[in-house]
Amino acid sequence: MSSSSIRRRSVAPYAFLAPAVLLFGAFLALPIGYAVYLSLRTVKVRGLGLGKGSREQVWAGLSNYSKAMTDPDFAASVLRVAAYGVLVVPAMLGFALLFALLLDSPRARATKFARLAIFLPYAVPAVISSLLWGFLYLPSVSPLYYVFGKVGWEVPSVLGSGSVIYAVANIAVWGGLGFNMVVIYTALKAIPTEIYEAAKLDGCGEISIAWRIKVPVVLPSLIMTFVFSLIATLQVFAEPVTLRPLTNTISSTWTPLMKVYRDAFTRDDLHSAAATSVILAVATFVLSFGFLRLVQNRAFSQEN
Amino acid sequence: MTAKRSSPISTAILLVGAGYCLLPVLWVLIASSKSGTELFSTFTFAPSTHLFGNLADLTQYRGGLFWRWMANTALYAGAGGLLSTIVSAAAGYGLAKYSFAGKQGIFNVLLAGVLVPSVVLAVPQYLLLAKLGLTNTYWAVLLPSIISPYGIYLARIYAAAAVPDDVVEAARTDGAGDFRIFRSIASPLMAPGLVTVFLFQFVAIWNNFLLPYIMLGDDKLFPLTVGLSGLLNQGASQPSLYTSVITGSLLSILPLLALFLTLQRYWKVDLAAGAVKT
Repeated sequence: MSSSSIRRRSVAPYAFLAPAVLLFGAFLALPIGYAVYLSLRTVKVRGLGLGKGSREQVWAGLSNYSKAMTDPDFAASVLRVAAYGVLVVPAMLGFALLFALLLDSPRARATKFARLAIFLPYAVPAVISSLLWGFLYLPSVSPLYYVFGKVGWEVPSVLGSGSVIYAVANIAVWGGLGFNMVVIYTALKAIPTEIYEAAKLDGCGEISIAWRIKVPVVLPSLIMTFVFSLIATLQVFAEPVTLRPLTNTISSTWTPLMKVYRDAFTRDDLHSAAATSVILAVATFVLSFGFLRLVQNRAFSQEN
Repeated sequence: MTAKRSSPISTAILLVGAGYCLLPVLWVLIASSKSGTELFSTFTFAPSTHLFGNLADLTQYRGGLFWRWMANTALYAGAGGLLSTIVSAAAGYGLAKYSFAGKQGIFNVLLAGVLVPSVVLAVPQYLLLAKLGLTNTYWAVLLPSIISPYGIYLARIYAAAAVPDDVVEAARTDGAGDFRIFRSIASPLMAPGLVTVFLFQFVAIWNNFLLPYIMLGDDKLFPLTVGLSGLLNQGASQPSLYTSVITGSLLSILPLLALFLTLQRYWKVDLAAGAVKT
């Protein structure tokens, strides 16, 4: 072999990776750096703020952060999203696990149809699913209200101030259930069936096989779906934004991301928006890494 | 099939789940056949006869703007998904089949991108693209959609599993260059996995709302999600638009439904593959 092929071989992997690395730099690394930079800056206004040179960007230290942290709208939106996450993530993953186990069970019927039907919402964009559910929530459209009306019950609107969070949570569960079910189901399919035969010889029933063998084996998949669901939950945006025209109970700062959008594009306060998004990103990282760490430690302690 | 007792409870639970998931889809199918007044007056699941009228109304809305949204979405998702698959395949192949300085570091950084929430990217991406004068153009939605850390991760797994080292070596001895080996030998071997990468990215772009919502102001460039969301907004003051919103929603989910039904076997999602081994 000539030396040219060795040299070529050493350059080749970098050439294969170059497009990905360049795009990563331009659309992930650079924007993150820019967000951090913006969050540390502010616009200083001299005099009335009119005319050229009266507004200049200066270093702001952490003042944008303290402003964001003490903003009551921000605190309210964070609490709302936390409550929303507590509703969505366990319900979505719990049902996803249940349906995956049932699909995998040899005793259930109509599994092909059910798998397709439950996966179907993944094909529906969050905006469209919010739109569909939004109409179904309206008392004049909803089949449930039709029944309530016939029976003569007075039921308050689902989109009222107390229950709108459940209304949004239902849309997220509906949209994410099927995808997570398929993730768990794929992991279940990878289990060699000999394990079950052995367990059956030992007298295990379907339920105890599911609980003692299947759930522990798919735990890594459950952990990953949990982390991804958590990240998605913290960023909830499309659903409440789409529902807004149908109700007056969703404010423009209903979720943290909606507040970022309002600050950046309605109020033109990029620096607050940047600080808020950095806080959210850090919180996401701490939560997802913290959770993975916690899980890993437990996994290792079992090994020893 | 082995003779096993079937459990009616298991089947019933599955069917309830299926019913819950089908409910809104069934509704939009029926609702798009209703006229504006029937929408709020007749029983939810009672079909009517106005489907073609509604389609005509939607098509006439501002000179066929809806169909333009549909074409835009197909362009964003199709071109974005294709480019993303090519970039991911090359990167995944490079990571799986070569050893070089900085390999693990590059992979870890790329993988960390999976966890970056889009919230932290949205505003600065907008500002940076604005500096280049690219906001409110097709590029603003297309370019950020090409990079997919998860796609690279999957492509690496597929390349490692589907492309044997001795095949690469044999081709190299025959005098094939690195790029040719990737294009003519490795890519076909990786093809089934790359279809999955493409589908993921296609659906992610098709369903995306935040990025185009922030980047675009001209409604001629909108994808379906942003367009229909805006139409619903106008419907608040102009209820006659509601039928168009509903008919548009139905049409907007049909292409993805078709894609799902025809490419079912590629929907195997192994999120944890390899993730726990490292």
